[in-house]
Amino acid sequence: MDTLRDADEKRMNARKRIGDRWRALPKWQRRMVFVAFVIFLYYLPYLGIPGLRVIRTDYSESGSDWSSTLFLCAVYVLIAMGLNVVVGLAGLLDLGYVGFFAVGAYSVALFGASDSPVLKWIRDTWHLSEGWSVAWGLTIPIAIALTMISGVILGGPTLRLRGDYLAIVTLGFGEIVRIVALNSQFTDGPQGISGIPGPPGENADGTKIFGVIDIAPWYWLALTVMLVFVFIVRRLENSRVGRAWLAVREDEDAAAVMGVNGFKFKLWAFAIGAGLGGTSGVLFASKQAYIDPTNFTLNLSVIFVAMVVVGGSGNIAGVALGAILLTYLPERFRGFADYRPLAVGVALVVVMILRPQGLIPSRRRARELHDRQEEAQVDVVA
Amino acid sequence: MSSPEELSPGKSGELPPLEELEVEVIAAPPPNPNRVLLDVNNVTLRFGGVVALNEVNFQLHEGEILGLIGPNGAGKTTCFNVMTGVFRPTAGSVTFDDKQISGRKPHQINRLGIARTFQNIRLFPEMTALENVMVGTDARHHTSVPGALFRLYRVRAKPDELPRVDSNNGLMRVWQQIRRVGAQIFGVSRHSLEEWAGERRAMELLRFVGIADRADEIARNLPYGYQRRLEIARALGTEPKLLCLDEPAAGFNPAEKEQLLKLIKSIRDLGYTVLLIEHDMRLVMGVTDRIVVLEFGRKIAEGSPAEVSRNPKVIAAYLGVTEDAA
Repeated sequence: MDTLRDADEKRMNARKRIGDRWRALPKWQRRMVFVAFVIFLYYLPYLGIPGLRVIRTDYSESGSDWSSTLFLCAVYVLIAMGLNVVVGLAGLLDLGYVGFFAVGAYSVALFGASDSPVLKWIRDTWHLSEGWSVAWGLTIPIAIALTMISGVILGGPTLRLRGDYLAIVTLGFGEIVRIVALNSQFTDGPQGISGIPGPPGENADGTKIFGVIDIAPWYWLALTVMLVFVFIVRRLENSRVGRAWLAVREDEDAAAVMGVNGFKFKLWAFAIGAGLGGTSGVLFASKQAYIDPTNFTLNLSVIFVAMVVVGGSGNIAGVALGAILLTYLPERFRGFADYRPLAVGVALVVVMILRPQGLIPSRRRARELHDRQEEAQVDVVA
Repeated sequence: MSSPEELSPGKSGELPPLEELEVEVIAAPPPNPNRVLLDVNNVTLRFGGVVALNEVNFQLHEGEILGLIGPNGAGKTTCFNVMTGVFRPTAGSVTFDDKQISGRKPHQINRLGIARTFQNIRLFPEMTALENVMVGTDARHHTSVPGALFRLYRVRAKPDELPRVDSNNGLMRVWQQIRRVGAQIFGVSRHSLEEWAGERRAMELLRFVGIADRADEIARNLPYGYQRRLEIARALGTEPKLLCLDEPAAGFNPAEKEQLLKLIKSIRDLGYTVLLIEHDMRLVMGVTDRIVVLEFGRKIAEGSPAEVSRNPKVIAAYLGVTEDAA
């Protein structure tokens, strides 16, 4: 194990040098590279470059649809970015993140699908015409608003807790959302909701642009949404908000003495993280066109946290890589169907032994684990 | 927006003379020595049966350096904690700037104008030195979370607050010029203005404490003495009226103590009021205007350094005396 670790250290140093050289480039050159990379991302569904064809998931017979995989990757990157705001930047361990994903998905389902119980009730109450529903474009702000509200409802009373206690409460929240969806009339319970709309628009031959055959438009949509949120999160990160989050993460009491209203900024982190989770829920539900409570199990929450931790919490590129790996690898290696969970588990353990800070750690590596140990000691002393 | 080269950080660890600094960026408003800034009035603090502070009384005037000394366990840090809102006094009150302290949250007390350092250094270890100080300067800023995101609130900037044209690259210079003119015509977002002002102030404070050459290093990697000074810079970043230093010389060698003494004096010269908890008698005697001595939670003496050092009770408390001599 030690030789492995040494080798990894060497690689790490090499990568650090690359990173330094990258940061030393002028800003416009970095921007050009980024733009080229984004163009490549948009081109990905048609990927046909001879050497790179092997990464397509439909390369082998048993593989899954390439565009669907890409779409799923984009949605999960969005989620990992949202969770990164909560876990990586503000340092709050959230084990119930799937709750926000579910709230977002159910928002578009309940307000968009014309036979949903909520829409039926609205139509009956205000005597609207049969088949009336909220336009798909409007369901996104509704979903973001509802998830942010649910984030505040969860955060308001619980953000006074720290560390493990907060993790337990959020774990409960994720389950509450699922169980409410399972047992309520207004969500149609275990039956789920079908006929969830997607974005409007038709091709020249009359088929829907956002249909079920060609998934590439869905991927482009998700990618665009993702890029918008990368912009938003980076903007917040490089402002006093980002500094306040980091300060709270590193030493909450010292931050308070320095005039940082920790509670306010933690609540914002929760709300913004929730908003991102909700948006990805909207994309997921719209593409699936059908959701039921089994889509939102605790397993997903754990995988979301794994994405952030494996990738490198606190760093957008890192968590994006973590999300892509944990989504893409199982799809690519569908052939080994029975061994997939085992392989993923082993891979996670190896990554955590070799790179406890994640694959691409942030410049300021996350110290939550370390801090929590210190906190525990302080608690004992106090 | 200011580049590090332009600011010429000075020799590492040396305190630059005040004349070399942009004093107006970091100075406090001129103090009024007749005004009582902090009034600790009959403060008693009990933890169950233990009396940590017993009717402690003292006042602090603007622009003065007050030393708070006493043997180990005398209640110095407890007194500090009452003043910074960590504990609520059982009886009595603490008034700062004519406002009650007790019952306010730590960040609200900071906004009132009390900043402190910690006995055991508590920086934000994974943030750079500059970012640490900028967390402090953020305390006085008004940009909200949506404000930082949308940046729609435009304000007019004074010429010296505008982005500077400082690139060596011709194309970049043109771009910077365009930005500068644009900012003059359309105004700048309050977020950017505060960000520039904060960075400028933070950088100047780092120069003031003599560690500007390592502004971009993460705090954890700084040497011990630099960390102590960084804590002082961070506290000054919040634009306090009163700066409380909790044993700033702990772990320092004589040369470093000498520098700290100089630093504390120039902090006062900038117009800040300082409350100093310290063990090292030489340092306390050399820098303070007045000294309050605590023993077992009681104030046993108060006065100028010379008076206090002659006071038999103080000598007894520090050196101990035999029963019959007392």
